[in-house]
Amino acid sequence: MGHQANGSNNDEYVRLLGAWPSPFVLRTRIALNLKHVPYEYLEEEDSLNSESVINYNPVHKQIPILIHGNKPIRESLNIVMYVDETWLSGPPILPSDPFDRAVARFWDVYIDEHCFTSINGVAVAKTEEERKEAIAKLEQCMGLLEETFQECSKGRGFFGGDNIGFIDIGFGSMLGPIKVLEKFTGVKFIHPENTPGLFHWVDRFYAHEAVKPVMPDIGKLVQFARLKFNSSIFK
Amino acid sequence: MAQNDQNETVKLIGTWSSPFALRARVALHLKSVKYEYLDEPDVLNAKSELLIKSNPIHKKVPVLIHGDVSICESLNIVQYVDEAWPSVPSILPSHPYDRANARFWAQYVDDKVFASLDAVGGAKDDEGRMAAAGKLMECLATLEEAFQKSSKGLGFFGGENLGFLDIACGTILGPVSVIEAFSGVKFLRQETTPGLIQWAEKFKAHEAVKPYMPTAEEFLAFAKKKFGVE
Repeated sequence: MGHQANGSNNDEYVRLLGAWPSPFVLRTRIALNLKHVPYEYLEEEDSLNSESVINYNPVHKQIPILIHGNKPIRESLNIVMYVDETWLSGPPILPSDPFDRAVARFWDVYIDEHCFTSINGVAVAKTEEERKEAIAKLEQCMGLLEETFQECSKGRGFFGGDNIGFIDIGFGSMLGPIKVLEKFTGVKFIHPENTPGLFHWVDRFYAHEAVKPVMPDIGKLVQFARLKFNSSIFK
Repeated sequence: MAQNDQNETVKLIGTWSSPFALRARVALHLKSVKYEYLDEPDVLNAKSELLIKSNPIHKKVPVLIHGDVSICESLNIVQYVDEAWPSVPSILPSHPYDRANARFWAQYVDDKVFASLDAVGGAKDDEGRMAAAGKLMECLATLEEAFQKSSKGLGFFGGENLGFLDIACGTILGPVSVIEAFSGVKFLRQETTPGLIQWAEKFKAHEAVKPYMPTAEEFLAFAKKKFGVE
């Protein structure tokens, strides 16, 4: 609250440029909710042509963009870390131990580079073979994340332990797209037998007070996928 | 999880030509960490058992082994080193906004700059090469702008001292020099990237970099051998 020793003014106005279907935007909203940061949310329907988006993120022209005062912070995981470091009251998102932090960062990068890529791969696959490959890769990701969940949670409810943390936010934001794919492919990526830890974690994550108000409705995501992906599985 | 004792043994698995392993070495040097360096002589074709065991998912260098835990991914290792050995100098800036900026541009280097370098090197024909070269020029121009804003005239991306973003960006210099030698085109130029030209010399001369960074000639010889080129 108020001025920090390093000069940042937590009372400065906070805006978030986002788009409701984006898992990356969802991450940032969960982080802001966790820290009880009041902010103005601005829906950007066409980020590539939005003046604000181009102005604040000329390099990538992408949302989410967090604007704190007049300073833009870009890239979802970067924004989550910034929120964690700027608003110190409220539960920590990253753990305090350097090794645990390194593990958390590693898995969120994995989720972006492998999980999300596979999710996209299933959606845009042009042939049945391509789709099967992407599905197999996604199933592999789930297996690894199940193991990670068991190791990180140590019998408690979340990757972050008793509270949701960096990996919960990174992976939890992908649950919407994963559920959409489950509906259209008939494949259960998160399964009570194969991934029991994740299976039960999903309900806890969805019910969390920082997540529930901002998690997009699955029905709407399904409609969105039908319109966005001109692919046979979404018909 | 108990904090790893700074006195526990430290090993780094790397390979001399890897820009990513270089990042880890610079960070460890900055913090005066004593470590054992384990070179993977043929990391693409014959990975050691230790590498596979300590990085089972990606099987790539660098890997930092601290006591009985291993940390993978070069930028992750640099951040870990900064946090596990919190003595000065700090590698990441202290202000959250400057930290976010440093992380953003480091990611840009990994996602865009290295991808452009690979595209130039891997282009199948002249047209492809020209397009890739254009993209690389754009990336470096963007990085030049970032340098001007970040350094505030003080010499490094980190200001007066070499920091996270210097470590992230410095590792493009070897690959850029190889591409310049192969193509005959200067990508870092006084007219377009004056800040980066000066910074490159400072970076290469820094005491935490010089012992580990291969020279342009060594890089070129390595690349020629790797790509079977005279």
